[in-house]
Amino acid sequence: MDLAVVAKEIKKDDLLQMYYYLRLTRTLEERITALYRQGRIMGGVYTSHGMEAIAVGYASALERDDIIAPYHRDMGAFLIRGITPGEVIAQYLGKRTGPTRGKDGNVHIGDLKRGVIGFVSHLADNLPVATGAALAFKMRGESRVVITNTGDGGTSRGDFHEALNFASVRKLPVVFFCNNNQYAYSTPLHLQMAIRDVVERAKAYAMPGEIVDGNDVAEVYLAAKRAIQRARSGEGPTFIEAKTMRMHGHSEHDSAKYVPRELLEEWKKKDPIMKAEQMLNQLGYGDEATLKEIEERVKKEVEAGVEFAEQSPLPEGREVLDGVFATEDEVQP
Amino acid sequence: MTTATAQEVTYLEAISQALDEEMARDERVFLLGEDIGPYGGAFRITEGFQKKYGEWRVLDTPLSESGFVGAAIGAAMMGMRPVVEMQFADFISCAFDQITEVAAKNHYRWGAAVPMVIRAPFGGGVHGGPFHSECPEGWFFHSPGLKIVAPSTPYDAKGLLKAAIRDPNPVIYFEHKFLYRRVKAVLPQEDFIVPIGKAEVKRTGDDITVVTYGATVHLALEAAELLAKEGIDLEIVDLRTLIPLDKDTIFASVRKTSKAIMLHEDNKTGGIGAEIAALLAEECFDCLDGPILRIAAPDTPVPFSTPLEEYFLPKVGDIVAAARKLAAY
Repeated sequence: MDLAVVAKEIKKDDLLQMYYYLRLTRTLEERITALYRQGRIMGGVYTSHGMEAIAVGYASALERDDIIAPYHRDMGAFLIRGITPGEVIAQYLGKRTGPTRGKDGNVHIGDLKRGVIGFVSHLADNLPVATGAALAFKMRGESRVVITNTGDGGTSRGDFHEALNFASVRKLPVVFFCNNNQYAYSTPLHLQMAIRDVVERAKAYAMPGEIVDGNDVAEVYLAAKRAIQRARSGEGPTFIEAKTMRMHGHSEHDSAKYVPRELLEEWKKKDPIMKAEQMLNQLGYGDEATLKEIEERVKKEVEAGVEFAEQSPLPEGREVLDGVFATEDEVQP
Repeated sequence: MTTATAQEVTYLEAISQALDEEMARDERVFLLGEDIGPYGGAFRITEGFQKKYGEWRVLDTPLSESGFVGAAIGAAMMGMRPVVEMQFADFISCAFDQITEVAAKNHYRWGAAVPMVIRAPFGGGVHGGPFHSECPEGWFFHSPGLKIVAPSTPYDAKGLLKAAIRDPNPVIYFEHKFLYRRVKAVLPQEDFIVPIGKAEVKRTGDDITVVTYGATVHLALEAAELLAKEGIDLEIVDLRTLIPLDKDTIFASVRKTSKAIMLHEDNKTGGIGAEIAALLAEECFDCLDGPILRIAAPDTPVPFSTPLEEYFLPKVGDIVAAARKLAAY
């Protein structure tokens, strides 16, 4: 990303804040992975390692009343919406203090009070749901927007296409992100689709689309800003393909031996945190001491989160029976 | 207490009235589905609605069941009260994933209420063939988080739809196509609802309980009149709501009659009758004087040709035969 453009378009404090969330995401996910390796977390661990800039970039571009419908590599977006590291770890540990009170695990986090639509494992399911939230905003004349995200694999599903089509026909205020990290579990992109760039899919829906460097937080942020502006002004949806690389396995149990080592080596040089640090240095926004301070801060926050989660109670077995149905007072006003 | 209108309305008109009145009452209520706007829907239930409520509240969607059910879920979570029209209940399979994985589980998993209704015109007897006659309620009966209703009369059609629209949960509303223009009633002019979760004893009798819902309620009533002449007195329980099931009413009836027939148009295996039979075996075994019988469609798709469909659908004669068999115990 052109430094002059970054300097002009993004405030120093905003960039430093994004850097903080990049570091918080990485530190938190590394800590969760460590807990998993120690056998303290049951079930899958899905990280955004090497892809942190996408969620941090798009979620930083939103206003408080906007909504996100993220997928499983969007940890930064959860954190920016106010889900705490402690809540995330509690969710992984199946504790009652997790956002789903132990009903669901890992990154299946949702909380409408903080503008987060919960993720379901069926990739792209939340895209039609996101268009529906956007439909409600449009019908009520509100200026809120929705950002949703899915992977390259998710774009093969019918729900992806049904959502883009409907959003475009009705010019709904929604932004569709695609985290193109080259692999859907073990399936490489060329076996997922016959096109080279996912963004080509947007053309079929007469939807503006663009490709961004998914490892450049400033570039993701500015693209999201433009798309949000379009959505807010009633011009309809935008599709953004963020190119990146999944640096770990699909889940932490997956060694990802099917990914060529050279590819990982190549992408390691484009690490989003390293890139952000270089940018901050070059802009004179973050000297070594400033960045070190952020690093120390997030470490403390993550450790406090581990402590909170570990001290939190597990749910009682019989709580399984609670909450199948909603009561009227739980309906969104 | 209530004054009646002079005019009878059909089951179909009762549905239309419920939608109209709920839309007028609550501006959060809106409709979406295929061809429901200027065309008024495949069965003309929303005829004139778009003129009255505008293009957005009577929203024509692309041919995209999963997409628009998903959109209804999103809108519901943002405080709207969407009512989805499936053109035919058969097409609900395209939206199966959104209904069972998203709508049904959202509140349980992370506390987000999804107040929405899916209207599903179901059932055979209309020469619709395998893709316009299905009874898919069994699929959803097995998915916790959904409520399911299936009215058999204009009164229940109107009252249950209003209750469904006012419910804070996803409700699948199975409306039987065979009944659309065949059953009529005079309805109260005042606003009323039929509470979800309450069955109704449609006919009281001492000898055998028939548990049923939808179009087969009328078959059971017809059979009861024939059997009365033989001295066999049927009690007919119209479930009206399939989930949550009104077990109290079912059990009370069977404890009284000691005999039970399950009757539905859905396929026999794994149908709702099977579940209720199992419940009776668990809860009312001591009071049973005979086997629990099931009358249901055979385990085939719904066929098209008239003799095939006639064979497929439960008939009055099936109920009469089953009742005579049980009466002998």
